[in-house]
Amino acid sequence: MGLKHKLHTLKRKFRGTKMAPAFGAFHTFMFTPDDTTKSGSHIRVADDLKRTMNMVVLAMVPVLLFGMFNTGYQHFLALGEIEAASNGFFSATFWSWNNFSIGAIAILPLVLISYGVGLGVEFIFATIKDHEVEEGYLVTGMLVPLIVPVDIPIWMLIVAVIFGVVIGKEVFGGTGMNILNPALTIRAFLFFAYPTWMSGDKVWVLDAVKNEGGPDAISGETVLGSLAQGNDLAYSVSDMFFGFMPGSVGETSTVLILLAGLFLIFTKIASWRIMVSSVIGALVMGLIFNWVTDSGIIASSSNFYGLMSTTFWHHLLMGGLAFGIVYMATDPVTATQTTRGKWYYGFFIGFLSVMIRVFNPAYPEGVMLAILLMNVFAPTIDHYVLQGNIKRRMKRLKVKTT
Amino acid sequence: MSKDIKIKKGLNIRLKGEASKTLSKAQRSKTFVIRPSDFHLITPKMVVKEGEKLQAGDIIFHSKAKEEIKFVSPVSGTLVTIERGAKRVIKELVIEADPQDSFKDFGISDTDSMNSDEIKKFLLDSGCWPFIKQRPYDIIANPDVKPKAIFVSAYTTAPLAADYDFILSEKEAELQVAVSALKKLTDGEVHVSIGKNGTNAFTTINDISLHYISGSHPAGNVGTQIGKIDPVNKGETVWTITPQDLIIIGELLLTGKFNAERIIALAGSSVKSPKYYITKIGAEVSTFLNESELIEKNPRIISGDVLTGTKINSKSHLGFYDNTVTAIPEGNHYEYFGWLTPVFSKKSITRALTFSWLFPNKEYDLDTNTNGEHRAFVVTGNYEEVFPLDIYPMQILKACMVGDLDGMEQLGMYEVAPEDFSLTEFVCISKQPHQEIIRKGLDLMIKEIG
Repeated sequence: MGLKHKLHTLKRKFRGTKMAPAFGAFHTFMFTPDDTTKSGSHIRVADDLKRTMNMVVLAMVPVLLFGMFNTGYQHFLALGEIEAASNGFFSATFWSWNNFSIGAIAILPLVLISYGVGLGVEFIFATIKDHEVEEGYLVTGMLVPLIVPVDIPIWMLIVAVIFGVVIGKEVFGGTGMNILNPALTIRAFLFFAYPTWMSGDKVWVLDAVKNEGGPDAISGETVLGSLAQGNDLAYSVSDMFFGFMPGSVGETSTVLILLAGLFLIFTKIASWRIMVSSVIGALVMGLIFNWVTDSGIIASSSNFYGLMSTTFWHHLLMGGLAFGIVYMATDPVTATQTTRGKWYYGFFIGFLSVMIRVFNPAYPEGVMLAILLMNVFAPTIDHYVLQGNIKRRMKRLKVKTT
Repeated sequence: MSKDIKIKKGLNIRLKGEASKTLSKAQRSKTFVIRPSDFHLITPKMVVKEGEKLQAGDIIFHSKAKEEIKFVSPVSGTLVTIERGAKRVIKELVIEADPQDSFKDFGISDTDSMNSDEIKKFLLDSGCWPFIKQRPYDIIANPDVKPKAIFVSAYTTAPLAADYDFILSEKEAELQVAVSALKKLTDGEVHVSIGKNGTNAFTTINDISLHYISGSHPAGNVGTQIGKIDPVNKGETVWTITPQDLIIIGELLLTGKFNAERIIALAGSSVKSPKYYITKIGAEVSTFLNESELIEKNPRIISGDVLTGTKINSKSHLGFYDNTVTAIPEGNHYEYFGWLTPVFSKKSITRALTFSWLFPNKEYDLDTNTNGEHRAFVVTGNYEEVFPLDIYPMQILKACMVGDLDGMEQLGMYEVAPEDFSLTEFVCISKQPHQEIIRKGLDLMIKEIG
């Protein structure tokens, strides 16, 4: 009994006090509660929200680990200390302890800050508003370190997390009520508040900013960034698929994201409809742009030519598109909630991502804005899907009465 | 005329402790109880006082709002207590039973020669009217409204519930008289749904429109069948009645006696020898619990099935409408890192380290633990997997929660009853009380729209 018994006594003691939410969060983390059904069905499924959210976090762990290796790898590669990995995904020059340790030292603080600050805000709001600490932030807190550049200053991250959780979620009433994906709100805040930090060729490689102007000056441009400037593609398709390129911490490895996506579909946690339709949307837009360049409508001197002429399916390997589709477009709270709506929602995310990517050379990453935009339109899509159902019902009534 | 209906969405929950198909006669209960809470929104107006003698079929009370709806005693005996709760609401009417029943004689009725008004009056006077429920609102039918059709589900899909193929056997005569009488109360059909495989008493009965239904739970819920056969539109009314209640009506028409006899299934993993019993409406559940024996000390005892029944205790009594009594373990215990560890012993519709998808036919021993705390709606798409009606379940629940009457009406609130949401409630990851939300929504509509 020991611990279990003591915690149960404490739970009784804290019931109805201001301590209850914070203690409850800790207690239910250790033990699923002894609550029994009060009304309606006397039995319930095994799953709860913690389990669901935990599955998403689990799906992000490989990407996080890869991000640590990649951070070290890009760092040493830029410094010229190692050769580019050449023999496939399991290349020893990539999976080295040196790479991992320097990456882990850089990224773990981001994870800790993200969770610490975000959960702190959650606890404060739960205490003030006297509700349970909800699990939504478990996923958000993990997403945040994966979608920021590795060199981001800690203070900037703290400000952004507080903004994102308060404005993106708590003002609407917490998990389940928010309109915008909180992780993307944090990312968007960073992007619009500190644009010079969030783009360009200095932030994607560890220590690039610190060494700027010095003798060790290094830089690393993301694939999208260089294409947007009209440069040639500097990375092979396999490098992009495996993820051996600069970029936000977790977004680079398409192969791991693909596996995580399959895992989330298999466990029935994330909507396969959104993922599939997003991919279709991105491919369609890519094909349209390819057709435009092939038919010579746009001259190769155009600003947009570089990204427009990119082979349509390469878009899925570049930047954060795959990451956004798998982990963020599928957030059930901010996505459409109707089955049919999910098809439209996903399609437009893919479609708009590639479109924004091509037409926004200053910051050639469309998936963040596309998802945020579709978050806003999700209720509208649902509204029209529901109207279909309502019309069908009214039609049935009319057929009857005539 | 018969049609095949296939229900594609749904979920069969197989539980341990299914009642074996053997029938025993339960010992005679000493007391019988009528709980007015079984009759939703009915305020009882007492006709008899404490201490008065009653025959089986004598009126105890009628509805305060509609005096013609009468409620009768299931047995002969003495009304010993009228137990009242807060605001003097009547909670229980306790009848101390005579050793032998004496019946009030309603006279043998020739339904063929009776017209619809005579049948209606007969059912009202004999206390059989409360067996008839109506949609919209899932309440006792309003006798002033003529329904467009009457629906009977004689197909069991709810977990551990009494199997209609079994409890209706050899009741063809009663069923026939009852449906022929009810047929006169509607301009439409009496729709009866039975399982596609199996032998059901209804196959030989006339005056009905028979439907063969197959699929997972909630295929056996009458609401699912209404949705597939002839959905309720705004302004329309349908009636529903259960086959076990048809038997009582049938017997009354044939013999003139209100015989509240009922075959019930005693089931659940906490019951040592689960089986079927012959008992009466309102009888003490201990009269058969004792014979079948409980394995556990304090299980959850449910009058009804595990998805829709009412929580009672071992000294309590069988509900008015129920044909099943279930006993399952209470789940008031903690589980160490229960949200993290792989789960093999509980049912789930996801594969989030829950492995029930590997064993679709395994019988589970589920307890009443909620397996998590109440949360806001987060996950989408899993209600739809178990919800066969052409209604958006999450959206209609949200409309109910905010009291959006227009939304409720447009999204199909006239078609639903709380029991239609028992499976979505079961699978709900946010542990929301769906049936309660729907009931409150329906009550709001009655109050505001009428």
